[in-house]
Amino acid sequence: MNNSNIVGTSVPRLEGRDKISGQARYVDDMELPDMMYGATVRSKFPRGKIKRINFGSDIHWQEFVIVGPSDIPGKNCIALIDDDQPCLADGVVNHPEEPLLLLAHPDRHLLPKAVEAISVEYDSLPAIHKIEESETLAQVIWGADNTFKTYLIEKGDVDAVWQTADYIVEGEYTTGAQEQLYIENNGMIAQFDAEKGITVWGSLQCPYYIHKALMKLCGLPADKVRVVQMETGGAFGGKEEYPSMIAAHAALLAMKSGKPVKIIYDRMEDMAATTKRHPSRTRHRTAVNKDGRILGGEIEFTIDGGAYKTLSPVVLSRGAIHAGGAYYWPNVRIRAKAVATNMPPHGAFRGFGAPQSLFALERHMDRIAEVVGISAVEIRRRNFLKTGQTTTTEQVIREEINLDKLLDRALELSGYHVKREKFAAENRHNRGRKGIGIAAFLHGAGFTGSGERHLGSAVAIEGRADGRVRILVSSTEFGQGTKTVLCQIVAETLGLRYEDVEIAQADTQEVPNSGPTVASRTVMVVGKLVQSAASGIRETLKASGKIGDSYSAEDFRKACRAQVQEHGKFLSVAKYEQPDEVVWDEEKYRGSAYAAFAWAVYVAEVTVDPVTYGVSVDDFVALQEVGKVLHPALAEGQIIGGVVQGIGFALYEKVVWKSGRMQNGQMTNYIIPTSADLPSIRVHFEELGSVHGAYGAKGIGELPMDGPAPAVVNAIVDAVGVPFNSVPLMPEDIFDSLQQRAALGSSQLASLAREKQ
Amino acid sequence: MSESAPRSARYEVSFTVNGQATTSQVYAMERLLDVLRHELSLTGTKEGCGEGECGSCSVLMDGTLVNSCLIPVLQANGASIVTIEGLTAKSEAQELQQAFLECGAAQCGICTPGMILAAFHLLSKRPQPSVEDIRERLAGNLCRCTGYMQIVEAVARVARCGAAR
Amino acid sequence: MRAQPAEYELVVPGSLPAVLALLAESPGQWLPIAGGTDVMVQYSAGNLAARKLVSIWNLPELRRIDNLADEIQIGAGCTYTDIRESEVINREFALLSTAAGWTGGIANQNRGTIGGNIVNGSPAADSLPALLVYEAELLLVSKRGERRVPYSSFHTDYRKTQLAPDELIRTICLKKRFSEYYAHTRKVGARNAQAISKVCLAALGRLSNSVIEDVVLAMASVAPVPLRLRKTELVLRGKRIDRPLTNLARTTASAEVQPIDDIRSTARYRAAVAGNLVAEFLEQLRANEKAK
Repeated sequence: MNNSNIVGTSVPRLEGRDKISGQARYVDDMELPDMMYGATVRSKFPRGKIKRINFGSDIHWQEFVIVGPSDIPGKNCIALIDDDQPCLADGVVNHPEEPLLLLAHPDRHLLPKAVEAISVEYDSLPAIHKIEESETLAQVIWGADNTFKTYLIEKGDVDAVWQTADYIVEGEYTTGAQEQLYIENNGMIAQFDAEKGITVWGSLQCPYYIHKALMKLCGLPADKVRVVQMETGGAFGGKEEYPSMIAAHAALLAMKSGKPVKIIYDRMEDMAATTKRHPSRTRHRTAVNKDGRILGGEIEFTIDGGAYKTLSPVVLSRGAIHAGGAYYWPNVRIRAKAVATNMPPHGAFRGFGAPQSLFALERHMDRIAEVVGISAVEIRRRNFLKTGQTTTTEQVIREEINLDKLLDRALELSGYHVKREKFAAENRHNRGRKGIGIAAFLHGAGFTGSGERHLGSAVAIEGRADGRVRILVSSTEFGQGTKTVLCQIVAETLGLRYEDVEIAQADTQEVPNSGPTVASRTVMVVGKLVQSAASGIRETLKASGKIGDSYSAEDFRKACRAQVQEHGKFLSVAKYEQPDEVVWDEEKYRGSAYAAFAWAVYVAEVTVDPVTYGVSVDDFVALQEVGKVLHPALAEGQIIGGVVQGIGFALYEKVVWKSGRMQNGQMTNYIIPTSADLPSIRVHFEELGSVHGAYGAKGIGELPMDGPAPAVVNAIVDAVGVPFNSVPLMPEDIFDSLQQRAALGSSQLASLAREKQ
Repeated sequence: MSESAPRSARYEVSFTVNGQATTSQVYAMERLLDVLRHELSLTGTKEGCGEGECGSCSVLMDGTLVNSCLIPVLQANGASIVTIEGLTAKSEAQELQQAFLECGAAQCGICTPGMILAAFHLLSKRPQPSVEDIRERLAGNLCRCTGYMQIVEAVARVARCGAAR
Repeated sequence: MRAQPAEYELVVPGSLPAVLALLAESPGQWLPIAGGTDVMVQYSAGNLAARKLVSIWNLPELRRIDNLADEIQIGAGCTYTDIRESEVINREFALLSTAAGWTGGIANQNRGTIGGNIVNGSPAADSLPALLVYEAELLLVSKRGERRVPYSSFHTDYRKTQLAPDELIRTICLKKRFSEYYAHTRKVGARNAQAISKVCLAALGRLSNSVIEDVVLAMASVAPVPLRLRKTELVLRGKRIDRPLTNLARTTASAEVQPIDDIRSTARYRAAVAGNLVAEFLEQLRANEKAK
């Protein structure tokens, strides 16, 4: 029965052939008979009351299907955590690009002009665009106080430690918005039939989120809404919640026109109107003893949620829980809040709050080191969490993680100490200033706290008439290898060949709700369920005597065929049960936040060019402990891809805003790294295993997003001796800081300080 | 239809796509990308940006790599176009495609057809590219998933195998 | 894609005389489009004002490189790839072939043309500083005849040129008189490839016994037009390169440029980097002489 060389091997990507031959079908590749095209009329203003909508005179409006708020059969909202986000703004606008009306026409080329021909008269209201503006409450744009959500995490007695501290170190750190920039724009096709209801096909991560949203919007029962995922060209969280909006729009047009409607955004619209990573501000105040040990601290973590609540509470949660990072805090108070501004709502993007709070923490650790007078390496060693200690939420670290050793290995792989000495010497003489920086961090896999229990994910495995088995999950493939890894798990569990396992298209008509494909939960949580369901298939066949304890793949196939022939439908279901040790107090925000943490130490080497103030990343080591690597090539690909997005977050990707509108919404002006901009990213894994994940796997999809920005900025600070506490950090920012320093006459001090080290 | 704007005539545009002669009645300023995808149902070529930055729309036109989103179809009159479907059908890029599979060079796959066209073109002009050459000559094809390393590895692998022969 | 193809006309006359006849018949009515790497981006964004276009892509009269005794003549219809691959340009006018390799990715280099780059008139274009330092001359052609103009005065203002409504650029002429010069160019962009420049320097220098006999400096993205840094050149000519001179050149150049704040960068950054680029050039010029 045993081919134990499927899990742990780089089997061919299941849908790989289609992708390399151009056969893979993305939503814009599909056409339905009689299909129309849809477009969205959007607000050009950040905030105001709509006085009048004018339809320009040189469009033949009678040819167009026009949908407004009054056409919504159910509730005018995109149901998510709250129902506060309208599907179409009704009388009031709260952010630029807010959808107002929808148009459809058989000729897609006529739509842009029609959209431009609609003009809106507003009574504009003062708009707010920054966290600080929201906090003043000069304008209250949401709820009573512009606050979507707050969390308070308290451990020990922080108020008592200030007196005993040898040092109190403060710092404020900020991160900007970041655009997911999946290369395939958002798109949906919707079709309505009075009998079958609504069907949508699209580029998406979470079919059941859309299903829930459409039920409420259209006033339809569950069996009259069907959501089908097409091949999805990148997502990274950008297609977690946003697709519900575009699906809603396509559905409304389909309902009104009686025809299938396709909406595909072009790049400008996608960039300007859809979600981005939440901008953040973190304030640290830390009590430290003379050895550099953290005695306690206060952390204030604030994110800008944009105009509606959407997923901000959850982003906030993860950011707050990760704010203490991989260190032991005997006492801590973390105050977290998500505030409203008149910006298009910010949303999910790989890392989901953790890259923001971990950037702040890892910069702050270097700052503490500087104040105390010890190295960046030592400050981390002296504060790392150890097995048996508790996190900021008082979760006991039970696994045998040794961060000290992980750090040692990362330092060795990167040649850290040798390089540091070399750079110190070279920087005295050379033009280019070199630096090396560290980030040490963790990332919790799965939904926070009781989140997985609330999700109640279910999976099914079907035994087929031809003897193969088929996985039924709502987990989606969008490049990260969902299909491949889940099939590996099942093949391994059942002793089948990888080729004998199929996975159904994510179609809510066919598959149970195994939860959204987010939070690095797919391999760990869903994979474990799939493993369990597969065991169920095997046990059924054993119980009926069709196979014994030991069997060949061929035996299994015969048995399966027979079972189906005798009994018809052959299904094994597995449902999530929260492990006993994962206990979480939602009120106090305390306990086991995650079933498993992955741990990492990243080291970045940079050169700062004295002529251009530009930064090149010359070497990057990404070392992480991830439980078990189920597919080496996929895992490596996830880490490299995530690291490059993290480097983009640090150095390249700046959203230029003007009154809440993105000004650089083209690929020419929103800069991501090309192949010519990057060094080799050196990826290494350690594997401790985890009882909670399939074959010991932990989630890894988001982990690589957390480390690069602080590692790179720490390296830049090492190189030029000037503190930088914000990303993105552009050459213009480096120049401005160096100018200020020079003006203050402290450049001499800085270079002296470098020499001392 | 707007009455005030002049409507231009459709042209008969003839070119060869993947070895097959084809004639379409199209507006002169339709983008080659749209004609390939909608008139000819060759949906392997993708639109990622519409501004010639991402390279997902790359095709070969008379043997040269171009961004089809920037080509008015009338300028392709008489040309010979090769898309990902053509490369696949003729097994011309088989080694490259296999290397992409083995190295993990395709994740979500949306940049992959353009990337393969660009890599194919690169190897045809430079059978022995250095890693630096590969990185430079693929810089016009953006990928958000892979971070490029496994793509570069796939191309380098094919180049090495070519050298060995 | 925000344009409506049915609203646009494109004609392909197929020969230079036919194109010129059309332009003469209706001057200013037909927008010439060569490779389309600028025009089609505007078109796709719904920002192309022109509704009638005439294709000048791949006209044999425009897409040729002639190596004459005292100058080379580059047809305006030559693509960046044509320029990159030209042996004579690489040998004699390396700053131009280097710049051609910086302009977009390979696919755009295969279609973008030097003539299009000039007429588009973006002050950020990478090739234009090279043309300035090489003191290019342009052959402009129309049905009325031909005229030869110095490139240095061709750009009159932001995206405006001396080109008459019935004219095309036929040829870019570069005199072969720079073999004794040390050539240097550097582009500063947001990333290493496919970037619109924030600042770009093209420079030529000739030293004799460490004294600057001649120096020619031009920059992109620091003024409404590609800019020749004549004030900075004046400060340098006839002087010996030393630290004080380099610093003087740095500050003169920083003051001579007229950059703006825009979506890509800031004026103060551009001014500082412009100065740094000139200083870097001087250091390399001196090092190059020492090495000889």
